[in-house]
Amino acid sequence: MTRPERLIYMANQIAKFFAAQAGDPAEGVAGHLRSFWDPQMRAELVAWNAAGGDGLDPISAEAVGRLA
Amino acid sequence: MSRVLEIDFGTPQATGEPVTLTIDGRAVTVPAGTSILRAARQAGTSIPKLCATDSLEAFGSCRLCLVEIDGRAGTPASCTTPVAAGMVVHTQTPKLAKLRRGVMELYISDHPLDCLTCAANGDCELQDMAGAVGLREVRYGHEGESHTGLPCDASNPYFTFDPAKCIVCSRCVRACDEVQGTLALTVEDRGFGSKITASQNELFLSSECVSCGACVQACPTAALTEKAVIAIGQPERAEVTTCGYCGVGCTFKAELRGEELVRMVPWKDGKANHGHSCVKGRFAWGYATHRERVLEPMIRASIQDPWRTVSWDEAIAYAAAEFTRIEATYGAHAIGGITSSRCTNEETYLVQKMIRARFGVNNVDTCARVCHSPTGYGLKTAFGTSAGTQDFDSVEDCDVMVVIGANPTDGHPVFASRMKRRLRAGAKLIVIDPRRIDLVRTPHVEAAHHLPLRPGTNVAVLVAMAHVIVTEGLCDGAFVRERCDWDEFQHWAEFVARPEHSPQASEAATGVPAADLRAAARLYATGGNGAFYYGLGVTEHSQGSTAVMAIANLAMATGNLGRPGVGVNPLRGQNNVQGACDMGSFPHELTGYRHISDAATRALFEAAWGAPIDPEPGLRIPNMLDAAVAGRFKAIYIQGEDILQSDPNTRHVAAGLAAMECVVIHDLFLNETANYGHVFLPGSTFLEKNGTFTNAERRIQRVRKVIGPRNGYEDWEVTELFSNALGYPMAYGHPAAIMDEIAALTPTFAGVSYDLLDREGSVQWPCNEAAPLGTPVMHLERFVRGLGKFVITEYVPTDEKIGPRFPLLLTTGRILSQYNVGAQTRRTENVIWHEEDVLEIHHTTPRSAAWPRATGCGWPAERGRRRCGPASPTGSRRGWSTPPSTTR
Repeated sequence: MTRPERLIYMANQIAKFFAAQAGDPAEGVAGHLRSFWDPQMRAELVAWNAAGGDGLDPISAEAVGRLA
Repeated sequence: MSRVLEIDFGTPQATGEPVTLTIDGRAVTVPAGTSILRAARQAGTSIPKLCATDSLEAFGSCRLCLVEIDGRAGTPASCTTPVAAGMVVHTQTPKLAKLRRGVMELYISDHPLDCLTCAANGDCELQDMAGAVGLREVRYGHEGESHTGLPCDASNPYFTFDPAKCIVCSRCVRACDEVQGTLALTVEDRGFGSKITASQNELFLSSECVSCGACVQACPTAALTEKAVIAIGQPERAEVTTCGYCGVGCTFKAELRGEELVRMVPWKDGKANHGHSCVKGRFAWGYATHRERVLEPMIRASIQDPWRTVSWDEAIAYAAAEFTRIEATYGAHAIGGITSSRCTNEETYLVQKMIRARFGVNNVDTCARVCHSPTGYGLKTAFGTSAGTQDFDSVEDCDVMVVIGANPTDGHPVFASRMKRRLRAGAKLIVIDPRRIDLVRTPHVEAAHHLPLRPGTNVAVLVAMAHVIVTEGLCDGAFVRERCDWDEFQHWAEFVARPEHSPQASEAATGVPAADLRAAARLYATGGNGAFYYGLGVTEHSQGSTAVMAIANLAMATGNLGRPGVGVNPLRGQNNVQGACDMGSFPHELTGYRHISDAATRALFEAAWGAPIDPEPGLRIPNMLDAAVAGRFKAIYIQGEDILQSDPNTRHVAAGLAAMECVVIHDLFLNETANYGHVFLPGSTFLEKNGTFTNAERRIQRVRKVIGPRNGYEDWEVTELFSNALGYPMAYGHPAAIMDEIAALTPTFAGVSYDLLDREGSVQWPCNEAAPLGTPVMHLERFVRGLGKFVITEYVPTDEKIGPRFPLLLTTGRILSQYNVGAQTRRTENVIWHEEDVLEIHHTTPRSAAWPRATGCGWPAERGRRRCGPASPTGSRRGWSTPPSTTR
């Protein structure tokens, strides 16, 4: 599996924003990915996360896990 | 249409209480403060005048507009004499007639008598006034000393200054002062020696003149004349249309002689520009007839092949066959489209409709992805609407302007003139920008505070301002309690009040002295009506949305929303950035910013379009390119965009385009992106089509076909041809029908129609049953989303770092004479002001680090090679540099 470097970077950037917000940051990230990301992009990240999710920060990983 | 005639009332409109007087035996009621000259004109009486015009304050120099007033001595100038209750005025008496003829006789005694060969013949106020006062002879002869032999200054590419024809009425000087705010012109010497000069008696071209043309428009004689009028002759008909350049959206009278465009004259009734313009809009339209414009379609099987000129039928059939083949081979998700912020609302709407309805995918995006999607996201989150809160006229009520990440005098010059006018009248200015932009210090304008932050630290500066406002008790608690979510406010207030967000703590990152930042924050919070004006320096950044929300937080916390003079105002880069976003160009939204996942909205469109709509978001431009590199995205229709030049990471864009099997370019010229094109469909200019643009203040304005499309079709017709060939029928007949469909499907556009626009001139959305004539200022009683939302905006340092290999950070900037990537303005006489791109670099940047490579043919950069001219040691902060946005 090719490492989805760009998607990991983007997910982690989004996570940095939601980490500061009130409430559940992982749900914020998951909601953002559902609202703005093409399903294929989400699927790539879900697959990467399922394979260990190297590079995803904890909030991103939890969010991507909820997309599965 | 015949000439669009505008009445010149002589002096500006007043706003006082009604006053009734008698003029030539008739009762006239006008606002207090109105001049007698204007009152008479409103009553239908034209008092002769030369130095007066209603775009300028009264001056009282020509002595033609003299009147007699019962009970008052002498013959006062009616332009400088205000009306009074009960006043009895006589505008035509034997005494006045004699005086006026005497004045005119003196003017004409020092004026060339070449009316029959003069370019202004038939459009000359001096000629008109000679007739109006009944001048029959000039007794003084022409043998004495005069100005008729003075040389003509033809240095400016667009107009001439012939002092021999100048009557020194000062209208040009006052237009430059009052309207444009550049103060480049003056009257040199005095008495008979008086003459108009640019800067220090220089040629216009080498002076401080910015070629806005306000002086040319104001000139009552042929002293200042467009070269096109001299070459072609006086125009004989006109159409009112909207400029195709920046997001100000100036409206013009496009004046023609036969089929030839002679000049663009700013329309006095234009609600965005009020009769003013810049050098681009007024003069830089020559690209429409430039020799490099492609007028016939072309195709090629491979980007290594030469282009082959074909008929429209063959080109459309080829493109449709390729898209159909790719759909069959790779699936519909391998196909997408890019709409343009330079095209009309109707054209943009059709592109996204074709991709969505014909292919069942949402792979549509717009260049506003790069420049202003953060505004859409940020303001929708905070207020509930993806648009600025005010109209441009709101600036008249502003007390404190905060300009951040924008360079209005270069990027939005007509609005910058409005800003400068208000600043000269006493409003305060805060500039937050790494560059010392012109607004920081310009004639009669000086910023109270310039915060020269390090690039990438907008959020840190804005949060530090919030820290000052919260910790010093400067919030508008009543506004916040009434209009915003109180719990979210408290959470936000606790966040910004943390010590790490103080100006002192932020200074190391931002480079902004804490004391300056504190003073600026206090001024914004306490200086009266405070308004933010921001541009791409805020939005074109990885924290763009966060910065927009940080601005929204400040506006809510200080109560600077919901009335004239305040607000959050994005200055849109291109003419139709707002419209392109409104029209459903983003892959996750249908028109009016309704999410694609909303079943009710989709059902509305599915019923109207007769096709199912994918409920999932599509690919954005960078994701399309990613998918292309990965082999999953194969075909794209690009209308009016040069993504290879305008999008970030040139190498990545090129790799993505090269990986596609069919790239359809729909444009005016063979741009950089066309190097990767397989089909080229010639586009039409804004002069050649009907439609609408929506400017930065949500103002929807008509674009009218001034001349026939030289390429054969308006752009909406080309998309319609393409769609029909793809098997999804479209048959609108006229863009008015497209707008009717948009209005039927979009609640914020529900009341918009071409009939309404023709009647009202323009309207600002929302325009619907609740606001049938539009909405100049939004969120008056409540926010569209209900309660205003405070969002935590944590500063995240940029990943862009300098190092030994790449010692400079580059960021682009605007140039007055050029627009976007220069596709249009580089093909006009505007190149005389900008022959090549110049890198601005701080004079203390070590030459060994960058300068030798930054001269001549270019230098290597991390994401591509930049071509730019010699380095210029001005303006920028140390350690980074500014090439213009046109740099390739």
